[in-house]
Amino acid sequence: MKRWWLILLCAVIAAPVWAADRAAEERMLNIASELRCLVCQNESIAASRADLAVDLRQQIREQIRGGQTDQEIRAYMVDRYGDFILYRPPLQATTILLWFGPLLLLVFGLLVLTLTLRHRMRSMTDRLLSDEERKRAEALLKPNNIPD
Amino acid sequence: MNRFLWPLLGFLVLVGFLAFGLTLKPSEVPSPFIDKPAPGFTLPQLAAPEKTFSPEEMKGQVWLLNIWASWCYACLQEHPVITDLARSVPIVGLNYKDKRDEAVAWLERFGNGYIVSASDTDGRIGINYGVYGVPETFVIDKAGFIRYKHIGPVDEKTARDTLLPLIRELSR
Amino acid sequence: MIPEIGHFSLIATLFIALAQGGLALIGAAQGHAAWIAFARPAARAQFLLVVVSFASLTWAFIAKDFSVAYVAENSNSRLPLMYRISAVWGGHEGSLLLWMLMQTGWAYAVSRFSRQLPDAMVARVLGVLGLVTVGFLLFVLLTSNPFERLTPAPIDGLDLNPLLQDVGLIFHPPLLYMGYVGFSVAFAFAIAALLAGQLDSTWARWSRPWATAAWLFLTLGIALGSWWAYYELGWGGWWFWDPVENSSFIPWLVGTALIHSLAVTEKRASFKNWTVLLAISTFSFSLLGAFLVRSGVLTSVHAFATDPRRGVFILMLFSVVVGSSLFLFALRAPKVGMGGRFAAISRESLLLLNNVVLAVATGAVLLGTLYPLFIDALGLGKLSVGPPYFNAVFIPLMIPALILIAVGPVANWKTAKLGAMAKHLRLPAVVAVVVGLVTPFLLGRWSIFIALGITLAAWIAASVLTGILQRMRATRSGLLAQPRSWLGMHMAHLGIAVFVVGVTLVTGYETEQDIRMMPGDSVSAGGYDLTFLGVRNAQGPNYMAEVGDIELSRNGQVLRTLHPEKRTYTSSPMPMTEAAIDANGLRHVYAALGEPLGDGAWSVRVYYKPFVDWIWAGCILMALGGLLAISDRRYRLKRRNRRTAAPSQRTSS
Repeated sequence: MKRWWLILLCAVIAAPVWAADRAAEERMLNIASELRCLVCQNESIAASRADLAVDLRQQIREQIRGGQTDQEIRAYMVDRYGDFILYRPPLQATTILLWFGPLLLLVFGLLVLTLTLRHRMRSMTDRLLSDEERKRAEALLKPNNIPD
Repeated sequence: MNRFLWPLLGFLVLVGFLAFGLTLKPSEVPSPFIDKPAPGFTLPQLAAPEKTFSPEEMKGQVWLLNIWASWCYACLQEHPVITDLARSVPIVGLNYKDKRDEAVAWLERFGNGYIVSASDTDGRIGINYGVYGVPETFVIDKAGFIRYKHIGPVDEKTARDTLLPLIRELSR
Repeated sequence: MIPEIGHFSLIATLFIALAQGGLALIGAAQGHAAWIAFARPAARAQFLLVVVSFASLTWAFIAKDFSVAYVAENSNSRLPLMYRISAVWGGHEGSLLLWMLMQTGWAYAVSRFSRQLPDAMVARVLGVLGLVTVGFLLFVLLTSNPFERLTPAPIDGLDLNPLLQDVGLIFHPPLLYMGYVGFSVAFAFAIAALLAGQLDSTWARWSRPWATAAWLFLTLGIALGSWWAYYELGWGGWWFWDPVENSSFIPWLVGTALIHSLAVTEKRASFKNWTVLLAISTFSFSLLGAFLVRSGVLTSVHAFATDPRRGVFILMLFSVVVGSSLFLFALRAPKVGMGGRFAAISRESLLLLNNVVLAVATGAVLLGTLYPLFIDALGLGKLSVGPPYFNAVFIPLMIPALILIAVGPVANWKTAKLGAMAKHLRLPAVVAVVVGLVTPFLLGRWSIFIALGITLAAWIAASVLTGILQRMRATRSGLLAQPRSWLGMHMAHLGIAVFVVGVTLVTGYETEQDIRMMPGDSVSAGGYDLTFLGVRNAQGPNYMAEVGDIELSRNGQVLRTLHPEKRTYTSSPMPMTEAAIDANGLRHVYAALGEPLGDGAWSVRVYYKPFVDWIWAGCILMALGGLLAISDRRYRLKRRNRRTAAPSQRTSS
């Protein structure tokens, strides 16, 4: 009986650690999934099995425990490996075209679309047939009629 | 101009970039440490673990930091070149993620041109230097600034055409 | 001997293709009936010769002929037969031979299934295809010959890359290539039409089934690649926006725009220039993809062994094919008429809007993929552009496209009445909002993104269902009596809805854990319990494995045992992960072994992935929709009519 209480107590005390660990682990994976593994180069540090990735994941864990913010951890990585390690390209002078490009393309596309359609409407006018023309058309369409 | 020529023009620009791209090396990661101070550290020496090594000790000289390991095949390939280079410039080895006795045995077997090798068993110092593979070689100047990083094994051509001229220039 | 036969077959094919290209095109331009008539048999001959070539390479693999360099590089005496055959396309040279097989195969199909087309047109199409074949054959024969011999012959080969020793990867390249190469047919039709100065709705009608067929193969190929990556790479991801994945996705996006554009040009003779440009672009992007994968210009896990010489050649091939096409386009396009007129709100304008959105999405993916190259080329440093960028940019762009899927089919051609459209869409809108808002609550956690995704999927699904029901009521006939192309459209759109459900729910509700487990430890995921029992050794035909035993249970009841593996193949030091997955259509429970941590402990990755199968099920539905569309009566009627018509009558356009 006594032991049962003890176990429960331990579980209660340990639970925040497990929960905190789980949250920290999730945070680590979130950060690591946006970092490129430099060894295989086509996996994230979260996914890669390479030694360096395992080491860097451990680094991130320790930094999280040490109270660093996500921003600080990313800066740590960039200081050592350059912008190349970030899968999310930072917004800076060289990447403005990258980040705003799609939006600009969309605006440009819609502009071209509107202008083309308007140009089209203007240059194509359907004339309605006049009465005389309609009679001529009907006459032509009747069988046994030889046009002039 | 015929507006239908735009796709062709755009295409030609693209081809230009792609053609130039064939001359680049996309998988090489440039070091952000070029022209910055070499990160400091204090590590036990490989041969004598009770003694330590720190890059501070090399201030006033031009030197090379060579990252190596006994399990690394490419390090074995470049080792003769490194040992040869060691005659012209002091080279410090950083033994990366290795077992001490295996590293010592490797040096005994293949020759030791390093003035000293430091043991980075858990790879932390390597991370501090932005090491992502073995071997890598850093050229560090008299003031302790990193001036060049070579990724991969150093071959004779690199030693002769890139490293030695740079070392000579930095030594002036 | 046999590899030499294969080699000579290719050389023979080259000459026939050259002849076909030259004679057929000139013949069509000048009306030489004999030269025009050469086109069809030439296509058949080329296909036969390439089959012989492919068969000889396959034989070399089956017979373990390691004196052939390519066989030695990609095979091994212990490689199981199934993989010895798929190794034929496992490396660069062999995969190009597979491409040639498809290229000549599609040309052969065109020569057979185009009886109702005027011979001059067919000659032009086959002539263009012949010239493309010439380009690739030169590439193979000059830089990538699979039949090169090694003297002295090695005793054993290097082995097929372990990543490729898998069922999924047996079919992924053939399906993809069927798609890439299939779009060369639509391309050839477009070039033929430009050359003839004959760009009208009939051209669109002929091209459409070919484009749709290519599209459906590409859809399947990409889906298979995604599924393979999911279970093989061990980290539960199904799309990584890797440069080579993007290389296959870009032609798919443009191809989707193409099949929609062809629909308009066929019905209303509008958009002719757009459609031609799309037809040229789709195949161009296939070629660009081939260049990116094989040249080493972008780092990618898929990249074949890269050789700058090959990169230069493909770039030249790419430049010549696309450059000359775009030049021809610039010459002929101004003379093309505008076709039927349509109002600002009409099915035509909505499809045009759809094309713009797809084109912008393509541009975004292309921009992200090539940006690191641009920056590096300009000396501005080294950047990575990865999933965070693509997801941030692509998903918002797709929202208008998804909304349009439901709106387009209820809009009339030429002039659509907003009132009538709103009436059709009222019910789907209500259903969509309700389902979208409620579903996240039912599944455990509400989030605006999940709600949005489900709303869009329900919007599409509801509009498909109401559209089908309304038409059945209006025509007073059953589901199967409706025209297949119309049903195919709805099935494909429904496939997209299913796909969106899968993506939304997996991304929203998946769980991932990477933990240290001792034998006896348990972890819970998605309401299931996984108990790690330990790891034992096993041996395969050409690998050593460490097999884990993980008991999957729910509420104390054991359901089954999962066996994730770590395999070390004789040929490669990198261990391969074989994940163990329990699937039931509504969720995956996924376990993969990590590393041994000493004392019998292992790091284990456990994932819970709800509705992940819906991602690939959606793709299969899309492909089935395409298949249904091309089996439509009107493509079969033409042939029936032809047989009953007078034999001397050549159908004119």
